[in-house]
Amino acid sequence: MLQAGEWAYSEKLKEHFMSPKNILQGDNTDDFDGVGMEGNLQCGDQMMVAIKVDKEKEVITDCKWKTYGCASAIASTSILSEMVTGMTLDQAFHVSPKDVAKELGGLPDNKIHCSVLGDKALRAAINNYYIRNGMEDKVKEEQAKIVCQCMNITDHDIEDAVLEGARTYYELQEHTKLGTVCGQCKDEAEALLEKFKHIHFGA
Amino acid sequence: MADMKVYFDNNATTPLHPEVKTEMIAAMEVFGNPSSMHAYGREARANVDAARRKVADFIGAHEHEIVFVGSGSEANNTVLSLFVCGTSQCIPGTRMRSTIITTKIEHPCVLETSECLAHRGANVRFLDVDRYGKIDLDQLDSMLGDDVGLVSVMMANNEIGTLQDIETITKMVHERGAYMHTDAVQAVGKVPVDVRRLGVDFLTLSGHKIYGPKGVGALFAKKGIPYCPLIRGGHQERGRRAGTENTLGILGLGKAVEMRALEMDAEEKRLLELKSVLRQGIEERIDDIHFNGHPEDSLAGTLNVSFAGAEGEAILLYLDLEGIAVSTGSACASGSLDPSHVLLATGVDAETAHGSIRISMGRESNLGQVEYLLDVLPRTIQRIRNMSTAYIKGGCHVAGR
Repeated sequence: MLQAGEWAYSEKLKEHFMSPKNILQGDNTDDFDGVGMEGNLQCGDQMMVAIKVDKEKEVITDCKWKTYGCASAIASTSILSEMVTGMTLDQAFHVSPKDVAKELGGLPDNKIHCSVLGDKALRAAINNYYIRNGMEDKVKEEQAKIVCQCMNITDHDIEDAVLEGARTYYELQEHTKLGTVCGQCKDEAEALLEKFKHIHFGA
Repeated sequence: MADMKVYFDNNATTPLHPEVKTEMIAAMEVFGNPSSMHAYGREARANVDAARRKVADFIGAHEHEIVFVGSGSEANNTVLSLFVCGTSQCIPGTRMRSTIITTKIEHPCVLETSECLAHRGANVRFLDVDRYGKIDLDQLDSMLGDDVGLVSVMMANNEIGTLQDIETITKMVHERGAYMHTDAVQAVGKVPVDVRRLGVDFLTLSGHKIYGPKGVGALFAKKGIPYCPLIRGGHQERGRRAGTENTLGILGLGKAVEMRALEMDAEEKRLLELKSVLRQGIEERIDDIHFNGHPEDSLAGTLNVSFAGAEGEAILLYLDLEGIAVSTGSACASGSLDPSHVLLATGVDAETAHGSIRISMGRESNLGQVEYLLDVLPRTIQRIRNMSTAYIKGGCHVAGR
């Protein structure tokens, strides 16, 4: 007989879950230069990222975090904190969930949404740093408007999905996982779907 | 990695009872088709019939009222599907009674079948439950009209262990002329179940929840109650379920109920004591917790508890690393993104549902295992909360600390 199979997760993810790196100890973030938080407990995921910045070089010298969430949420914030330490603010701002998932050795499909909050929290922390240091002009507010609160899906994500081929609400859900938790965003999402189909494809 | 192995997921499935294993090893030699007239067939038939009598005796039924099926899910599908027959021949009068009443805390095999039946024209109504998971008899009374054909209420809930008063519910249902089904998969073999005392028309039980094999269950269908098979095309099970009998599984199930009859009373007392130690220990050692389910009317071995600020899948996997197996109502541990429908139905918020674990003990559980869990669990929760956003400045549980 076969022995117990591997977890649904990669070895790399398991390693970061078993020994998470860079957890913020205690709750004091006063020594940090920027702090950002995304998600909420009702949806099952919440992440906070706190960064220290070398102000001359605009390089992240330390990144600590807290996460409420499952194994992949914990592991993805842990690995994100390692990835961005040493990056410039600009590089770090452009780290995507795909980069995080790739670094983790892949994520099961139903776990992708667990990794999208870490980079959002990181961007919030970077913007927080700019604001604190009088560089409001550098703040890159995410112009995108969140449509699906549960899965953090924006109108930009919907547009991307349409460009990638989504034509029906079901296909939109397949692409983005939008509306798969509480479902309250369905009407708004369908309207946007029609709008982007019209803009890009004249449909 | 972990030295100690603790299996506290007996509501998911159970290990085979050693006596069941012995019986099944012997049954592997019985390969004849019970439908065959020759000696091989007669041998298989005799053994299947003996198992049928054991199951019938165990729940107070007549042997002709027992239909062996492939799973509890199949039994539940069979009963629900009876009540949307397009013709009036199978279930006289049910075309006029096309409403099915069930509860919001049923197993998905009842809930999803109900939803499918609704698409096929049946009216389905779902009973609410209170904070302990009990249905409201007044609400049931208000729903019971001339249009109701079937009421299906689970006897013991798989996630929180809450028991329903099936006897009283059945009386109400019969007074209003409807049929009564109970999914007793989690109840049979753990609490006394007598179909005559309960008065039910249909009852579902399963082998693998009671130290028997997987892939076999039984449906009690009361004599004289209309019936229509879900799986057609054979005379097996008196025409009620086609397909060559699963001799190996059926013989295992027969032995499993025989052993339950001998062991369940003493085991219930023992499990109640273990649960009391467990509950008290968790209360003493961990703060910000919430017990789910009914404090008394509940399965002896089942304890469901939520930890604020800690997500269930993380708890489950950290415990797994320490050799302890439990389950969770968290969305992340299931295929879906929604936390437990059962916990949400009891009125707890989504965070409490996400942060729940179900500890379900069984015949092999002992005090040493409970103490080991009580040693590991507090530091596991502490570890998760230490990295949780719930307890930081501005976090939602900060005020409570």
